[in-house]
Amino acid sequence: MQFFQLLISGVAQGCIYGLIALGFVLIYKATETVSFAQGELMMLGAFACLVAMTMFGLPYWVSILGAILVMALLGMLIELAVIRPILGQPAFSIVMLTIGIGYVARGLITMIPNIGTDTLALPVPYKDELWKAGGLVLNVEHMVVIAATGVLCVLLFALFRYSKLGIAMQAASQNQLAAYYMGIPVKRLNGIAWGLAAAVACIAGMLLAPITFVHANMGFIGLKAFPAAVVGGFGSLPGAIVGGLVIGLVESFSGFYLPDGFKDTAAYIVVLVMLMVKPNGLFGEQLRKKV
Amino acid sequence: MRFIFKTDYAQDIHLAKHGGHIFWYSLLMVVLVAAPWLFAEYWLAQLTFILIYSIAALGIMLLAGFTGLFSLGHAAFLGVGAYTQAVLTNAGIPFPLALACAAGFSAAVGWIVGLPALRLKGIYLGMATLSFGFIVEEVLARWESVTGGNAGINVKAPDLFGWVLASEEQFYFLCLALTVLSTFGILNLLRSPTGRAFVAIRDSEISAQSMGINLAHYKTMSFALSAALAGVAGALYAHKLHFISPDQFNILQSIDLLLMIVIGGLGSVHGAFLGAIFLITAPQMISLVKDYLPAVVGQAPGLQGLVYGAVLIGFVLFEPMGLYGRWLKIRTYIEMFPFYRKGMFKRQKSFQKSDRLK
Repeated sequence: MQFFQLLISGVAQGCIYGLIALGFVLIYKATETVSFAQGELMMLGAFACLVAMTMFGLPYWVSILGAILVMALLGMLIELAVIRPILGQPAFSIVMLTIGIGYVARGLITMIPNIGTDTLALPVPYKDELWKAGGLVLNVEHMVVIAATGVLCVLLFALFRYSKLGIAMQAASQNQLAAYYMGIPVKRLNGIAWGLAAAVACIAGMLLAPITFVHANMGFIGLKAFPAAVVGGFGSLPGAIVGGLVIGLVESFSGFYLPDGFKDTAAYIVVLVMLMVKPNGLFGEQLRKKV
Repeated sequence: MRFIFKTDYAQDIHLAKHGGHIFWYSLLMVVLVAAPWLFAEYWLAQLTFILIYSIAALGIMLLAGFTGLFSLGHAAFLGVGAYTQAVLTNAGIPFPLALACAAGFSAAVGWIVGLPALRLKGIYLGMATLSFGFIVEEVLARWESVTGGNAGINVKAPDLFGWVLASEEQFYFLCLALTVLSTFGILNLLRSPTGRAFVAIRDSEISAQSMGINLAHYKTMSFALSAALAGVAGALYAHKLHFISPDQFNILQSIDLLLMIVIGGLGSVHGAFLGAIFLITAPQMISLVKDYLPAVVGQAPGLQGLVYGAVLIGFVLFEPMGLYGRWLKIRTYIEMFPFYRKGMFKRQKSFQKSDRLK
């Protein structure tokens, strides 16, 4: 029973990592840059939802949709304002830029009067409910995370498989120049990719909020999502989710079966081993640079 | 405007290119040596911190600015150096030996971390170093018998074979001497074949390899040297604070180190120093202007992060060469007056360099 309990909480945690990693991968595939601000976007999303619910008193579903919309717009705005001007510069500049965005986001949040510096609970309708199935005690919060991730994956799969937009994004991610010649508005697609990544991060934030709490430093969980993205292979969307699950499960089990201290570092040990053994990740494609 | 007439090939690698260099850097040295008598104790302490961070910045500049390898876990090397120094000093080993051990141990760890760098590029290397940083931080926190765990560890004053440097002034001179030594070391390295090999690797790995540069050898060497400098800086840091704990060497410290060289100016030795000056003086500046801002902004705990982030974004967007690049522009403007043109330092439009298969 213990085993299943750990399994479920690991999967739930892994789904959160996977969702954040999904944001990294979306941005990486579209613009070939790595966004270190993904965790902070998640934090902003959770705060947006919280503000909508507590300060404006909106109902739960309206707040969620509003927060996703606002975050998607914010993602596009960030792309337009700071990422687009320096696209094509060394990847490291863009990494530093996104670290800067993360710092600014964290700093700005602490300036919201009253709620910015506190640790708050998101008043979701399913808070603190438990299901009992057999000997298992299921936390509804965890089940919601797993279900929502599943739905989101199906939606994203449909988007990339069947919609014109998704196919255009795939084309642009494979070869920007060729896609541009085919009349695909690559720049606008990059903006949409950032918007999509921010929206996914926002969803992750709102799913995570009932489990941990909403506070300015919750974005640091994004640093655990990096290993997830790397384990899955940085350029692969299903890989991000699988990587997230791997990291979540490893963390959950090592926290229980291994001595203290392994829970926090398990993700990093896994990613180091992965980088040694299979640097391209589980689903990454084998790449070789041509001269 | 200054014209340098070259009459000798050796002139190309002289450290001082002309008399002006000798004059200004000598003046700087004089001021730095006289600093304990010129500045109040508080500012001397800040100056000491600037020197310590400069050493660390020189190390990461060598790695990131000159070899093109980015480490997101550099605070780990700082931590390894600091803890080695702390443990050895408390065991009664004299300062020079302990420092050598701290540098050597950091270098050994850096060499090991450098090994995956042979296979990894860009963001993957960043991930590997980031993970390594987290693991070191956790080890420092958990290995309580040696490091004292999260409670931290006290560090005795440096002991030069019986001569204990207890006062701030004496410690300042120690830091100054080590900073000058490392600076000359780096400058010398950069004009040697090894330094040229580093720069060649940064500019293009493939062409460097085709020119017969052993990538594996030079990359691990760059990591080891960079880690050794970070170790020295960490050792001094431990002595300066008299107390170290694992959370001083976390990811935020690593990011601060990177921020320092990006703001200072990637790929310039001056940049390392300018970045260190920024990193140490910025919090002072912020606390100066804090009281004039509205309370919501001024008293927010995230103000410093906000300023750092905004400055970082500003530099990446508008001044990719950092503070040193800005200085170069000003200097050129003055030297060439009135012939300076806007386009002289224009950033080259580059095609997006893809690591992907085309």
